[in-house]
Amino acid sequence: MNSWYLVVLIFLPVVGALVLAAMAGAPAKTAKFTALGFSLAELAVAVALWMSYTSAATVSQLDVPFRETFSVTWIPYFDINFSLGVDGISLTMIALIAVLMPIVLGASWEERLPAGRTIGGYFALLLVLQGAMVAVFASTNVFVFYVAFEVMLIPMYFLIGAFGGVRRAYAATKFFLYSLLGGLLMLASVIGLYVASGQVLGAGTFDWVTLQSIASQIPESTQMWIFAGFAIAFAIKAPLVPLHTWLPDAGTEAPVGAGTLLVGVLDKVGTFGFLRICLPLLPAASSKLAWLIILLAVIGILYGAIVAAGQSDLKRFVTFTSIAHFGFIALGVFAFTTQSIAGAALYMVNHGIATGLLFLVVGMLTVRGGSKLVGDYGGVWKVAPILGGMFLIAALATIAMPGTNSFISEFLVLIGTFSRHPAWAVLATIGIVLAAVYMLWIFQRTMTGPVRGAAVVGGRGPDDLPEALPEDAGDAGGPEPAVEPVPVGASAVGGLPVPSGGGAHAAPTRYGARARVKALFGDLTPREITVLTPLVLLIILLGVYPQPVLDVINPTAERTMVDAGYTDPVPAIDAPLGGGQ
Amino acid sequence: MSLLTLAGAPSTVFMAAGAPSTVLMAAGAPSDAITAPPIDFNLTAPVLIALAGAILGVLFEAFLPRRARYPVQVVLALITVGAALAWTLVEANRGDVGVTFGGAIAVDTATYVMWGVLLVLALPSVLLMADRVSEPGGAFVAQAAAGIGSKRDRLAARVAAPMQTEAFPLALFAVSGMMIFPAANDMVTLFVALEVLSLPLYLMCGLARRRRLISQEAAVKYFLLGAFTSAIFAYGLAMLYGYSGSTQLATVAAQARAGDSSDVLLLGGLALVVVGLLFKASVGPFHLWTPDVYQGAPTPVTAFMAACTKVAAFAAMLRVCLVALEPMTWTWQPVLAIIAGASMVIGSVIGITQTDMKRMLAYSSVAHAGFILLGVISMSETGASATMFYLLTYGMATIGAFAILTVVRKGDGEASHVGDWAGMAKRSPVLAASMSLFLLSFAGIPLTAGFIGKLSVFTAAMEAGLGIWVVLAMIATAITAFFYLRIVVVMYFADPVTVSPAQTPVAVAAGGGRPAPEGRRFLAVGTASADAPYVVLPGILTTVVIAVAVIVTLGLGLFPGPVLDLLTIPLPLLS
Repeated sequence: MNSWYLVVLIFLPVVGALVLAAMAGAPAKTAKFTALGFSLAELAVAVALWMSYTSAATVSQLDVPFRETFSVTWIPYFDINFSLGVDGISLTMIALIAVLMPIVLGASWEERLPAGRTIGGYFALLLVLQGAMVAVFASTNVFVFYVAFEVMLIPMYFLIGAFGGVRRAYAATKFFLYSLLGGLLMLASVIGLYVASGQVLGAGTFDWVTLQSIASQIPESTQMWIFAGFAIAFAIKAPLVPLHTWLPDAGTEAPVGAGTLLVGVLDKVGTFGFLRICLPLLPAASSKLAWLIILLAVIGILYGAIVAAGQSDLKRFVTFTSIAHFGFIALGVFAFTTQSIAGAALYMVNHGIATGLLFLVVGMLTVRGGSKLVGDYGGVWKVAPILGGMFLIAALATIAMPGTNSFISEFLVLIGTFSRHPAWAVLATIGIVLAAVYMLWIFQRTMTGPVRGAAVVGGRGPDDLPEALPEDAGDAGGPEPAVEPVPVGASAVGGLPVPSGGGAHAAPTRYGARARVKALFGDLTPREITVLTPLVLLIILLGVYPQPVLDVINPTAERTMVDAGYTDPVPAIDAPLGGGQ
Repeated sequence: MSLLTLAGAPSTVFMAAGAPSTVLMAAGAPSDAITAPPIDFNLTAPVLIALAGAILGVLFEAFLPRRARYPVQVVLALITVGAALAWTLVEANRGDVGVTFGGAIAVDTATYVMWGVLLVLALPSVLLMADRVSEPGGAFVAQAAAGIGSKRDRLAARVAAPMQTEAFPLALFAVSGMMIFPAANDMVTLFVALEVLSLPLYLMCGLARRRRLISQEAAVKYFLLGAFTSAIFAYGLAMLYGYSGSTQLATVAAQARAGDSSDVLLLGGLALVVVGLLFKASVGPFHLWTPDVYQGAPTPVTAFMAACTKVAAFAAMLRVCLVALEPMTWTWQPVLAIIAGASMVIGSVIGITQTDMKRMLAYSSVAHAGFILLGVISMSETGASATMFYLLTYGMATIGAFAILTVVRKGDGEASHVGDWAGMAKRSPVLAASMSLFLLSFAGIPLTAGFIGKLSVFTAAMEAGLGIWVVLAMIATAITAFFYLRIVVVMYFADPVTVSPAQTPVAVAAGGGRPAPEGRRFLAVGTASADAPYVVLPGILTTVVIAVAVIVTLGLGLFPGPVLDLLTIPLPLLS
């Protein structure tokens, strides 16, 4: 029996995008509300899906891997079915997408777009991206997974390339080529899996359940090759360290909304792929090559953290913190314990929420300052206390403070890893310390201390976008500069921060009324507060009471363990007593 | 041998023709009077239709008044191709198969599939050739005999004199040759078909209306290199004849199976014959003519060559490989795999440096030829079917891309420099989106036909144990994606080229003092100088071509099932 939830979840946003495209000439406001309407409808369906999933008769997930399944013949020549279904992990990811989408739309409500672009087109592409992302997480056919994986690139490519910052064409091309190369190698592996299954079964198949049932019969040497293709694709997408260089560029040049989805959800496809494809379908190769992924993950944790500390660009900074966090997720996946896998799955959700918040707050900060450079900011808290508060919450969630959501997942990953690979776990723990260093340092530099910096004191300077849109002038929501904005100097646009007196600091404002700077800079507007509040609530809620999500994730983590052929290691404490293996 | 037999030559001539071995006598003719071989006109009707159309076209060209020629020729060409296609479909549906013309022509399911794909691609190519809107007067020169730059030539160009309509019968001759090529069951027939399809193409390459010098240069280059390859092919054919005593594909295979003759002759002949085929398919190191010819030839002819010649060459290669070379697959398969790899690398890497759209597409076609060759050398049912499917998807997208190329113009000619396409998405969003679709299809992005083509070819290659070459193909695809993406970047993310106003009067004067005609959409806002790139509103024929290409590219990407089934080629092939 087919369940239509997932079909609706995939195609509703696409329909929304088509509707937006059809009403191309409509006023911006209509387009915005249409898009928001579709994203809220999507959220409602996602909630219904969650209810249906959790209230379904409790069949052991070991017997039935997917629920809410949907299957229809697509390409009979290759025996391809358009098969959908969710397990605990993909359900939480789909829920995350559905929750983030209205928030992203709300945050992009007054996005300043490059000349000639319309907000309708921007939102339409975001909706297409949403549909494709849901399809990736919902597919239970390796072919459908691949198709969605690649299709996801196209809206993101245009989002970065058409709506991004100064070097958008470069960043978009780099993003696309990296992902495409990974995707094509993955296609080789997908075909390899098909051919290998054909050698076992007589006729090839792309069906996940069938492939899983014959996973142990595929020779290990074949598995290694297939694994290599998948692993490169997922390592590019996740991204793991030597293949990460596209993310800082893409994340920095992407418009804030698209960047949030990129870092918050799209990159999770990589780690999700490890969980969904590599572990269950290629168990022998996964366990053989786990050391490599763990090595890259731990390098990523440390390298990402160290490089993040050295960033002078706020958005780049966020992307490097994410690289560190993806290291934790990958580590959890390949530590092969129920706790670490559940922790990694939970981390995928929590990182989406925490980094989503951080990315949006940074976006709101940089729009105000007109600069992305850390050195252009100082004492923002005094000028914009609500913004500062939000930044603090996001920062604490990012460094996995107890009481925030990330803590639970990071803790689970580390404790799970420790029981199998104590040394790696200890090394990874250093990453937490480094996270505190880079996060608090950047907070200190931008938010606390005296009000300073070209971006803050100078007020709303020329954005680094080519020119502000005309519609920007008519915005009622944003605080209008009370006086003529003082142009931000060279430091704001590109190079190193210029020492004071370099033209950026307007002399009168140095000791002028703080109120004036405040009015010029402006705190968060009610719209922005409304948009960020759900994320803040989720951070605290999941930090205090993660059980509902863990209840959904845990059976899938257990199933993944079984599929990968692992059992949890016996606690090491037993060893001296002679009980250990 | 079979040609001689066909000609009804007396047996004395037959002997005098120098058949040295008694094998031949045993295999073929008795020493008494030769009975004419049975000829099945029903099976070969599609080819005969195409040939008849071509000959009629020549007659019309000679006897009709100039004014009437264009409509008559266009309608005749379309009807001919359409009728041949219809007959192919009917025959295929009926399942009539057989070897006819004394073993020279094999018509089986594979032949029908090849003819079908070929004719489906020939139809839009002819439409594109017939278009007279994008290039006023048509893509072909008004009077090929007029010297370049002569008064008559300039006059013809200025008043948009009607094009030389010989192009249509020439195209029909080429199509007939292309149809015989993959059906040839005999090396001599193969050679004759090769010439029949090549000679009209050499001519058509030199018929461009604009930039005639480069067009004629392309024609000469293509002709010289083509002539060399024909010679090489004929030499290989002679060696194979020496080896097996017959030019029949099946006899060569039988002799190779028996394995009691000199392998030097076999391998040498085989290599030379295959080189001839690889040249026509513009594979790998035999591609050197491709960029120049693609660039110089009139764009519709380029589209025709890129789509149809490739189909014919690869289809013929399929038959030669599957019938004649099958017994010693292990000998040549690794070599052809290396050639395929070389083709991918050459096409993709050199393509990166190209700034001319047509040259870029030429190198892209070299890379694609490498991918297709993988399907051919898979030597399996899935491989053969996948090859034909790939050729269909690639051909459609290629014709679509060249069709769009004809409407983006600058001054009097086509704006073939990549930079001229800047900002196209703003002025012509539909054309830019179509072009992007074709490019994404080339790059093998899912939900486009190109992806399914790649999937099927690479699946077949993987099954044949060519996994490492599949990985190389993936990397090459990623490299080609780089220059496809550059076009997308230019169309969508770049600002249009503006010409400084100071130059405008000069440019207008250089353009013959004509005011810009209606229907020009300049890419840059506010410029109307003759040197600024602009987009012509495509004429009805070009519009149809682009629309069909878009529909096929999307349709085969979303629901390829029925066509994949239709193009299934059962093995073994008749021989």
